[in-house]
Amino acid sequence: MRGSLYNAIFAAGITLVLACLMLGVRLGAEGTTLTVYGAGADRWEWILAGVGLVFLSQLFSTQLGRLSSRIPRPDLGALKPQDATWKVIKPWLLAALVVGLLVWPFMVSRGAVDLATLTLIYIMLGLGLNIVVGLAGLLDLGYVAFYAVGAYTYALLSEYFGFSFWACLPIAALLAAAFGFILGFPVLRLRGDYLAIVTLGFGEMIRILLNNWTSITGGPNGISGIEKPTLFGLEFSRRASEGTQTFHEFFGIDYSSGQKVIFLYLIAVLLVIVVIYLINRLMRMPIGRAWEALREDEIACRSLGLNRTVIKLSAFTLGASTAGFAGCFFAARQGFISPESFIFIESAIILAIVVLGGMGSQIGVILAAIVMTVLPELAREFSDYRMLMFGLLMVVMMRWRPEGLVPMKRPHLELK
Amino acid sequence: MTEASLYLLQQIINGLTIGSTYALIAIGYTMVYGIIGMINFAHGEIYMIGSYVSFIVITGLLAMGSFALPLVLFIALLVAMLIASTYGWTVERVAYRPLRGSNRLIALISAIGMSIFLQNYVALSQGSRDVALAPLISGSVLELGSLETFEVTLSWMQLLIWVVTLVTMTALTLFISRSRMGRACRACAEDLGMTNLLGIDTNRIISLTFVIGAALAAIAGLLLGLYYGVINPFIGFMAGLKAFTAAVLGGIGSIPGAMLGGLILGVTEALTAAYFPSEYKDVVAFGLLVTILLFRPTGILGKPEVEKV
Repeated sequence: MRGSLYNAIFAAGITLVLACLMLGVRLGAEGTTLTVYGAGADRWEWILAGVGLVFLSQLFSTQLGRLSSRIPRPDLGALKPQDATWKVIKPWLLAALVVGLLVWPFMVSRGAVDLATLTLIYIMLGLGLNIVVGLAGLLDLGYVAFYAVGAYTYALLSEYFGFSFWACLPIAALLAAAFGFILGFPVLRLRGDYLAIVTLGFGEMIRILLNNWTSITGGPNGISGIEKPTLFGLEFSRRASEGTQTFHEFFGIDYSSGQKVIFLYLIAVLLVIVVIYLINRLMRMPIGRAWEALREDEIACRSLGLNRTVIKLSAFTLGASTAGFAGCFFAARQGFISPESFIFIESAIILAIVVLGGMGSQIGVILAAIVMTVLPELAREFSDYRMLMFGLLMVVMMRWRPEGLVPMKRPHLELK
Repeated sequence: MTEASLYLLQQIINGLTIGSTYALIAIGYTMVYGIIGMINFAHGEIYMIGSYVSFIVITGLLAMGSFALPLVLFIALLVAMLIASTYGWTVERVAYRPLRGSNRLIALISAIGMSIFLQNYVALSQGSRDVALAPLISGSVLELGSLETFEVTLSWMQLLIWVVTLVTMTALTLFISRSRMGRACRACAEDLGMTNLLGIDTNRIISLTFVIGAALAAIAGLLLGLYYGVINPFIGFMAGLKAFTAAVLGGIGSIPGAMLGGLILGVTEALTAAYFPSEYKDVVAFGLLVTILLFRPTGILGKPEVEKV
């Protein structure tokens, strides 16, 4: 008891020191001179409450630990039906899900569909980064660079050469993959944490280049008026440009701006399904197994004759090409892109999605992407605290549940 | 001297000034990496907090008046070191120690989370806009050349940065090489497990490295804050990245390496900014990082690491 009392006083004192100068006072400019304001009484009450909380939680830490171990953990595995029935249900469930995804947008508001499209972009990014971080175990902190490459590929090709969205989609993926290859080839020989820093630097470099290469990328002003995708040449606008036809004229229905939003949403659904399918196949191929094996034990893999550079490079390039895909679609959806969309925080958000969902787990990443995009929309009044919460969440998850919300499971057989 | 060489001299002076602060921050990275082998991603944020605390203390004391400027700066330095060390200690205790021994990736992600958290914590509590302090130290020590061609100046502020850095580095070197604690630090860097077996509380030593690193970062925070005169909650990111580059450049894990790396990086940056468009000076820093990692991953003074099964 005495030890924990000492501990509690110490922890409370530390908390007070941490809070007093950063929370207790505030720098502000009065005209041109700098002044210091003391915080109001209500903020000090919060600080003291926090100090008290730390004190009590440290004082009763053993009791609290015992209490929390008694709380039964929900067994999510039990919710899943037996293997035999699951096999029968699964295709129906998937079919119902796809039909639901396709029908759903016609029944809700435009804003909801728009948000769903954004969520789908993040799902795509999350799945791509999941290959790199989750499966291959390579920490990529500059993932947003490949996203930027994809977005700018479409924007520039369509502005200068009049390429269509559909033609740019594979080009963007290929170009992003090429960038991934060029960066990855020399760097992947290095140890994991160096890779993290180098990719981080690369992400910043791409952003600085986009910002300063004003003659081509428009610098900080970005590129606007990017063409929207068409459906086999049918445009989704009120009036057709010369020599083309619009969607509503072709089908003889009234024009509504919602059509375009739903069309974009459907493209996103299509892209996400393609990405999920491809990654799912890849994971079951020898290369997918090699990714995970290499993540688990690099030395064992090398002694078994696996070429680590090729394996890592394939994961890195595939992840990059997925981001290129997503970037191309992002540019088409926004109609406007600027380097502001590709800052480090964006990489951190995608990383948080992968970590929160469970590294390697596709379902987990999809769920996490939904949570991470929909929650901030629902809690708009707390939007200032969004990044604070992201950071805290990453620390807390790593400490208590590093395997994520839905840990990854390998298909395996058990002897009974 | 010709105009071109005067210009070059001025850039080298500027580069050494910035470089010595990079070196101060880089020591925090290198010491932590040398002992527990992790990149303390939140270190740049500690530097930023040091900057903020020193600004708060300086403004507060100057508003009270009746203090001499050197005393104000000295108190600000002490308070900033104290608070930043407490932050450094807490970050290690809360976010890193429970994860020690687990996968490297997990600790690194936790560190990134901590960095994002601290950045936004300061942005929320102090406001996310730039905070500017009127220059406190003006005038120059030395002027070379004439006004018509080009004048090289070494300002008092730059001299202050050099002197403080030099004193700090000397003190740190003496501490590491002479004191008992310093010897324990070196032992930990050599072999953590063995040091523990020999009866040294390694947890305490690890905490100590975080505290020392944070205190040095706070010194850099005060100096750079005064030098530039403007701070905001997001300066830690870039400064941290640069300092990490400096640590890798000199050989991560090596303290003299971090000092050397900081100076080289500062001068390189100043020279690029002088002869090329200055927007590209950050690109150069990262380009330098990638190049070193490719051709000499152990850095200038680093020892090659042996991979153990």
